[in-house]
Amino acid sequence: MADPKPGNAAPARKAATGAYTPVEVSPNRRARRKYTVRLWAVRHSRFFEWFYTRFAEAFLLLHPVWNLFGYQRVERPVTFVERHVKGFLFDCRMCGQCVLSSTGMSCPMNCPKQLRNGPCGGVRANGNCEVEPDMPCVWVQAWKGSQNMARGNTIMNVQKPVNQSLRETSSWLRVTAEAAAARQTAAGKDA
Amino acid sequence: MAHFDENPLGPHLPLDPLPGHSSPGRLERVLRRGEFAVTAELNPPDSADPEDVYERAAIFDGWVDGINAVDASGANCHMSSVGICALLTRMGYAPIMQIACRDKNRIAIQGDVLGAAAMGVCNIMCLTGDGVQAGDQPGAKPVFDLDCMSLLETVRIMRDNAKFLSGRKLTTPPKVFLGAAINPFAPPYDFRPFRLAKKIEAGAQFVQSQYCFDVPMFREYMKKVRDLGLHEKCFILVGVGPMASAKTAKWIRSNVPGIHIPDAIIKRLEGAEDQKKEGKQLCIDIINEVKEIEGVAGVHVMAYRQEEYVAEIVHESGVLKGRQPWKREPNPVDQLVAERIEQTREGVEQNQQQMAEVAAQQPH
Repeated sequence: MADPKPGNAAPARKAATGAYTPVEVSPNRRARRKYTVRLWAVRHSRFFEWFYTRFAEAFLLLHPVWNLFGYQRVERPVTFVERHVKGFLFDCRMCGQCVLSSTGMSCPMNCPKQLRNGPCGGVRANGNCEVEPDMPCVWVQAWKGSQNMARGNTIMNVQKPVNQSLRETSSWLRVTAEAAAARQTAAGKDA
Repeated sequence: MAHFDENPLGPHLPLDPLPGHSSPGRLERVLRRGEFAVTAELNPPDSADPEDVYERAAIFDGWVDGINAVDASGANCHMSSVGICALLTRMGYAPIMQIACRDKNRIAIQGDVLGAAAMGVCNIMCLTGDGVQAGDQPGAKPVFDLDCMSLLETVRIMRDNAKFLSGRKLTTPPKVFLGAAINPFAPPYDFRPFRLAKKIEAGAQFVQSQYCFDVPMFREYMKKVRDLGLHEKCFILVGVGPMASAKTAKWIRSNVPGIHIPDAIIKRLEGAEDQKKEGKQLCIDIINEVKEIEGVAGVHVMAYRQEEYVAEIVHESGVLKGRQPWKREPNPVDQLVAERIEQTREGVEQNQQQMAEVAAQQPH
């Protein structure tokens, strides 16, 4: 019968009742490839931080372009690109409110409990996840990643609850729109 | 459920819970006696003050057979239905606890069912629940682990088989009367009676309908229900309620999903001098019409923020005529609680060190 893994009491008996029994993977992450790229991104969090800052600036420079086409209209293609790029690099789950820069470039939505403010108490001694024994804990990685970063202490910020209605929308565009609006109000105040 | 029960000592006597009854509650007994049941909805407070709940429940005291404790209706956050039920059962009210699948998964729901039954809740109403987008916190994560149908089945399994959904045994199963909601006024109209059949199959023993403003449409629905013989397997309570004005009616029609208000109703309200009074009269008229339909076992009066009118509506419609008087029954644990309160009142001093010593020496 199933290997008695810690964190899953009496798996054989549960399997016999037909109830769901986690076998190495959690219900929300069944088909996942290896964690190689995700871990590589965390190891190079310093580079990604630098890159992201430049990238955000570039996106903000393009604000007139987004405005010209309309943020609504560019939403779909940008989301498409964002999903695939971040999906490849960070196993992005498209929560629509990216906090990678505050979590050491380790996407917190990959945590089976979707914790956004730090690790739970169930992390295994080898640094792997309680729910998915083969996955390195997202938050162990996040802590490592944040140590490399220039502004890694943003991991100390308390994150707000996820606004689930923003799922599957572009975080890049939202951040840009907000930055543009902030810039405008700042300019308005100066004038 | 086709036959109506009566007290073996005489039909004029109140009906005690009989062996076939699934709950010791008042609503089930009233319905099984064949009396026209009246239920109402409590407007849940946005406060942590128990007196707010008692004040709102006092409006319905005695003459209502079940008070619906809503579970964040319309996905708007209020005091929880479990909390309201805990307060109500303590005071001897008969609540109908609503459970919506939007906010809780099966683990939480099964725990709440046990907790509620332990507090003396005798009626549980299983709902899917409105989507989170409808409420005041659209960013919330919608759960919908179960749906109303599987929820009904889950609670039925807990009650009849004394088991959790996982198959683990319960030492004392929850004795509850199971309810569900129906909406005959939304498409696909042909399917609606079959959906009721499915709910009965899953365990529904009574159903409360959505606001009924279109009586001919409801009559049509009931005809199909009778053809399927469903009115004999389940008690059908019709949802009614007063409209404060034509403006509110229009607003509800276009903003609240699932409520169907025909133009004639709005016209009637618009034509009236005192729209509020007309809304009340309209509600009474609808009650009088639907109570004559075969298979209708009662009314569920929803008067959001007009709770004070429910008594007038029920009284003037005369649905309580011929009712046997009812005696409030103590909750089985009342005795224990009374003793405990008595001890507290006496103000017995508790010496923790001594008490721990006594407890430590108790055999185990």
